[in-house]
Amino acid sequence: MKQHIVSAFDRDLEGIQAQIMKMGGLVEAAIGDATRSLETRDTELAEVVRKGDAAIDALEESLNAEAARVIAIRAPTAIDLRVILSVMRMSNNLERIGDLSKNIAKRTGVLVQMQPIGGTAASLRRMARDVEGMLKDALDAYIQRDEALAMDVISRDTDVDQMYNTLFREFLTFMLEDPRNITACMHLHFIAKNIERMGDHVTSIAEQVVFLTSGHKPDENRVKADSTAMDAGPTIARGTDGV
Amino acid sequence: MYDALHRQKEVDVNEIKIAARGVQVHYGDNHAIKDVDVDIEDKTVTAFIGPSGCGKSTFLRCLNRMNDTIPICRVEGSILLDGEDIYDKRVDPVQLRAKVGMVFQKPNPFPKSIYDNIAYGPRIHGMARNKAELDEIVERALRRGAIWEEVKDRLNAPGTGLSGGQQQRLCIARAIATEPEVLLMDEPCSALDPIATAQVEELIDELRENYSVVIVTHSMQQAARVSQRTAFFHLGNLVEFGDTSTIFTNPEDPRTESYITGRIG
Repeated sequence: MKQHIVSAFDRDLEGIQAQIMKMGGLVEAAIGDATRSLETRDTELAEVVRKGDAAIDALEESLNAEAARVIAIRAPTAIDLRVILSVMRMSNNLERIGDLSKNIAKRTGVLVQMQPIGGTAASLRRMARDVEGMLKDALDAYIQRDEALAMDVISRDTDVDQMYNTLFREFLTFMLEDPRNITACMHLHFIAKNIERMGDHVTSIAEQVVFLTSGHKPDENRVKADSTAMDAGPTIARGTDGV
Repeated sequence: MYDALHRQKEVDVNEIKIAARGVQVHYGDNHAIKDVDVDIEDKTVTAFIGPSGCGKSTFLRCLNRMNDTIPICRVEGSILLDGEDIYDKRVDPVQLRAKVGMVFQKPNPFPKSIYDNIAYGPRIHGMARNKAELDEIVERALRRGAIWEEVKDRLNAPGTGLSGGQQQRLCIARAIATEPEVLLMDEPCSALDPIATAQVEELIDELRENYSVVIVTHSMQQAARVSQRTAFFHLGNLVEFGDTSTIFTNPEDPRTESYITGRIG
């Protein structure tokens, strides 16, 4: 992209984009640390994530203030307008992912006091690693203005949804097996749901990249693979015990 | 957020008022307009934007044959007003300009009274049979020009004694006194302060109900504010022509994008 005649405008936009990348870096780390703390039962790391969310929130606020200032002063149009609009939405998505990570870290604080539930913590970590990778690619796509990579990120959300479906059923099974698992499984299920929501926020960020590069929203007919809203769970009346 | 940006503006499909096809303009050896096709819709504000010397004013002046007075200027192609070629030998330029009025960059009231400024055109076109009818035409034009309240008590004062913004609205009132169908405006606000500019922009928006308005402006924000259609000219070419909302949010041509975002090149 060519430079603006008013070079201060370029500096404004570069400043805003540097801030969104910094925010993205913090959020990537928060996702990884939150789920690592869960898997390794590391309460100190969980505490770092909880405290770190304030910095993410502060960046969001500063980004929105800066975006408002640029709109007021520069009256951006076309690609410049789309940069500002996409940054405002992306910072909102990143802030939400930060909150969800913080929530995972809080639940980790409770879960370390209970028995681990099978290999679910490791599964959650794998799911989070996928989302973390999607976020990294979405931010790269933003910086490189790479629409194809953004579309790839959007398609990968289906895998995250499917992992969530699988975990949902696993938790149901654990709870049916032993009611003493219920408390832990409820917490773990919220964590799984949090990660699934993170995937949606990352998808929204990737959609912003498509909007930024093309001026259009990507097609709406993306496959939504989170089917648990329709799931009645394993059949409870097994009926073969001869009772 | 995107939906607001990309909702196609529900512009009623208006009739084509002026159809220009293959228009070429030469000033001596200078090829000022290169093969331009444009449809100007009725009851719509169309903005021409582009850097200085891009041909937007030249093209505007073709629309009421203002270039006829320049001996070295040659206009080719066809410009149809309601389907009739305005460059046809049988067309009287004076009659044409009554239909296609023009407002210039600098307010240029006649050194006459406010009343006579407005009455001049209707008089020479014989639009009034008596003083009462002329009074009525003058009042209606001044009202449409959104300046009646400010001048109704001093219609005999000289037009040149008004403020810049008032003079420009007087000139707009003068242009619409002859009941034109198209109003051409060549940078009508560039000599006005922001308040007078806002008043003229408000007026342009009201004029859209009855007229087809074509405005040349250097202020991109003004084009975005007042027009429904925007044409971007560059080096004598019409680069892009489309809905104003599209041009300012997602233009197709990189030259348009560079220009409206204030980039080099």
